[in-house]
Amino acid sequence: MASKNSSNTKVKWIGVIGVGSFGTAIANMLAEKNPVMVYARKEEVVQEINTKHTAQGKPLNPGIKGTFDPQEICETCDIIFMMVSSSGFQEVTKTFAPFLLPYHLIIHGTKGLCLNLGMGETLESVQKIQRSQILTMSEVILQETVVVRVGCLAGPNLSKELVKGQPAATVIASKYNEVILEGQSLLRSEKFQVYGNSDIIGVELSGVLKNIIAIAAGALAGLELGENAKGLLISRGMVEMVHLSNALGGSVKSVIGLAGIGDLVTTCNSVDSRNFTVGFRLAKGEKLPEIMADMEEVAEGINTIRIIKAFLETADLRAPITEYLYRVLFEDFDIKEALQFLMKYPFNVDIDFV
Amino acid sequence: MEEKYLKHKYEPIIPSKNEWPVVKLARERKEFVKKVSDLAEERILNLAEKNPDILKEELETTLYREKLRIKQNPWVVDPDDESSFWREVKASLLQINSATGLSKIEKIQEYKSILNRITSRYAEEIASNFKHTHYKFTRSVVTFGFSRLLNAARVKGFRSIFSKQYSLQDKIQITGETDQLRDLATKGTIVMVPTHFSNLDSILIGWIISVLGLPPFIYGAGLNLFNISIFAYFMNSLGAYKVDRRKKNLLYLETLKTYSKEAIQFGCHSLFFPGGTRSRSGMIESRLKLGLLSTAIEAQRANFQNGLNDISGKVFVVPVTINYHFVLEAPSLIRDHLSITGQERYYKENDEFSNSYKISKFLLKFFTKGSDISVSIGKAMDVLGNYVDEDGNSLDKKGRSINTRDYFLSEGVVTVDQQREEEYTNMLGRRIVEEFHKINRVFSSHLVAFTAFEMIQSTNRKLDLFDLIRLPEEEIVLSYDEFKVNCQRVMNRVYELKSKGLINVAPHLQQEMDEIIKHGLDNVGMYHAKRPLIRNEQGDIVTEDMSLLYFYHNRLTGYGLEKLF
Repeated sequence: MASKNSSNTKVKWIGVIGVGSFGTAIANMLAEKNPVMVYARKEEVVQEINTKHTAQGKPLNPGIKGTFDPQEICETCDIIFMMVSSSGFQEVTKTFAPFLLPYHLIIHGTKGLCLNLGMGETLESVQKIQRSQILTMSEVILQETVVVRVGCLAGPNLSKELVKGQPAATVIASKYNEVILEGQSLLRSEKFQVYGNSDIIGVELSGVLKNIIAIAAGALAGLELGENAKGLLISRGMVEMVHLSNALGGSVKSVIGLAGIGDLVTTCNSVDSRNFTVGFRLAKGEKLPEIMADMEEVAEGINTIRIIKAFLETADLRAPITEYLYRVLFEDFDIKEALQFLMKYPFNVDIDFV
Repeated sequence: MEEKYLKHKYEPIIPSKNEWPVVKLARERKEFVKKVSDLAEERILNLAEKNPDILKEELETTLYREKLRIKQNPWVVDPDDESSFWREVKASLLQINSATGLSKIEKIQEYKSILNRITSRYAEEIASNFKHTHYKFTRSVVTFGFSRLLNAARVKGFRSIFSKQYSLQDKIQITGETDQLRDLATKGTIVMVPTHFSNLDSILIGWIISVLGLPPFIYGAGLNLFNISIFAYFMNSLGAYKVDRRKKNLLYLETLKTYSKEAIQFGCHSLFFPGGTRSRSGMIESRLKLGLLSTAIEAQRANFQNGLNDISGKVFVVPVTINYHFVLEAPSLIRDHLSITGQERYYKENDEFSNSYKISKFLLKFFTKGSDISVSIGKAMDVLGNYVDEDGNSLDKKGRSINTRDYFLSEGVVTVDQQREEEYTNMLGRRIVEEFHKINRVFSSHLVAFTAFEMIQSTNRKLDLFDLIRLPEEEIVLSYDEFKVNCQRVMNRVYELKSKGLINVAPHLQQEMDEIIKHGLDNVGMYHAKRPLIRNEQGDIVTEDMSLLYFYHNRLTGYGLEKLF
């Protein structure tokens, strides 16, 4: 029954889990207003943070304290930002679960989906999945921990631009107003605008689904098809995102917002992103295994396409861009041919969801 | 085959009636009503942001709706002075509106006095009239009367009237976490949330509470029930407060919520039917009315605010399911459901519970012919839906002890956040539905009705529900062998679910399949004029009433069993 009794400590520590490029950028932004403690798994990274004030080479605000002890960060901070990759998300959440209590607020910034399958089941073995077998990151937190006041951070936030202090905005989504207000007051600055949204599932899905379209955008660029085609893709991609998001429990509005269309445009134009690169190299004739072999981290879009493909098997829904990308990625379908099919696909109506 | 049911009578957990919270509340009734009406007034003022224009708007809306209700939907129980009361309200409102030169503060004062008159009236109307002598009398009538009837029916011979061979507990089986419930009731405050299929539920639950040795619970009963004299007497004596579903205005709803919240804080164990009303479709409630449920959360938070951090200030939510082979009101409930969902045009109000004669007739049938009822008491939870241990500590999914107070903290202090509590109420509602499904017990009658309906549906895939129900009954014939095979398939799946703790079964389901089917056919909707399911002379399975079959079938929806067909 370790409860927090009137911890009227004047200093409000904010926790950040994960020191990837986005985590570091957010930690630095938070450190402008509050003391920040960051968690890294490796001891030498923590050493580096506390002595050199850098995290894997990226500069950190000298006020930021590093720790590799989950308990310490949970006891010090009521509010925690989880900024870890989607592949490690479930694992990290489980590590922290024993130290998290119902008074904690968690805001995550991870774009990805997890699977909720039975023991011994994998995506290969089940082939078809239903909505209940897919977890967004906030659902992972709700499932694994006692924390209920959960929020997510999504939007066009390229770390390298945030580091330079270029203007940007983000969306904090949560069912709880207090989480949104808290996030806004912690992050908002002259150069960083923070919007609120109560449809957390819709915002999370927007951030996830746009990665699929980003791969397609890379492919268009690789085929050198020009800007008209990109405009076409972004618009059709958005429609597909709307339908998928709806089927998975998000609202149309969130896809049209900053975390949806806003992030989509940014991602489809950012040539350095992993998803874009996958599409680009596919178009140049490389095969998926070759591309994966020299990428440090798997592009999130690939994982998303597999999950959504399996979901489409049970849902009464067509998502042509995702389906053809799946065939190109996993069934050796020729990308130019896929493009031909998509151009012929009967999209007669421009917008059919408002 | 016989499972060990709770048969002995529990000792009362609080022997002295003067210690019963509900008796204490009755003693302080006047002060309590005053407190409720004042607090309700304050809540409404806050909702109106102390703005005279908004307040005026609310008062006028209330006045308008009340006048409309008096004109269009009068009931026997309505007090005689209603019209005159609202006329006075109208006059006072007009006076304020026409008065010139009132400052904002003066205006607010004037509106406040009208507001207070209305909330006082509502609070007085809602408040229960618990009388201990009535309670004792009712309890003994129920127990004595019922067990006399029962013995007369089951034991042959003249002297059987005085036989003690069968007691009410042979008919009504209580299973589940009874000890935990008794234990926690001495330590904290219980909010019991049962499923609701029949008007009989209120009396049944009242009786169960007394068998378990618990002091009476207070509960919100529909004011319409007070129209019927038998019920009115029972309800009053069981500690019921009145909920008038016709009144949907803000002032009334806020007063009602305040009443419920304050009673829980007072330490009164409460009972809500979270479905709000009887399940029309026969399905387990999947969408709960969250209004009163939210008061459990509010009361819990208020206790924490007042520093009641130990178990004495803790609110425990206990889900309960009641299973019947037979629901007297089924024909009208399902007709109601079908007409609400759309297609059946005709609908004639014909509530089988509409008068005392019909009820007595039903009770007589029920006790003389026998149709078992089982009541399953679920595990106690805190107001966030976490299970609790024997000391009332909340446990997370991994069994770690957590503090419910933490859910209401921000920066280390308990805070009031209405939006947060709304979300918590939704969460609690979902948890209760989940628990309902887990503790629900499958009866043979549910099994046969479910299987038969699904078989009929699968052979008529092109028809929608409404066409299916309009199928001529004489055209529907299911061969017994096929029926048996399908029953077995459903049953296997039910046991699979049971092994995962997702459903429960009645002990009579452990027999041979032929026996189970016979038991089911004998019992499913046994007293209806048209039986939902019978075996004809050729030995095939036929139905006499498709909508009733649909009603009893619905009890097993929500488990994914449909996928078997």
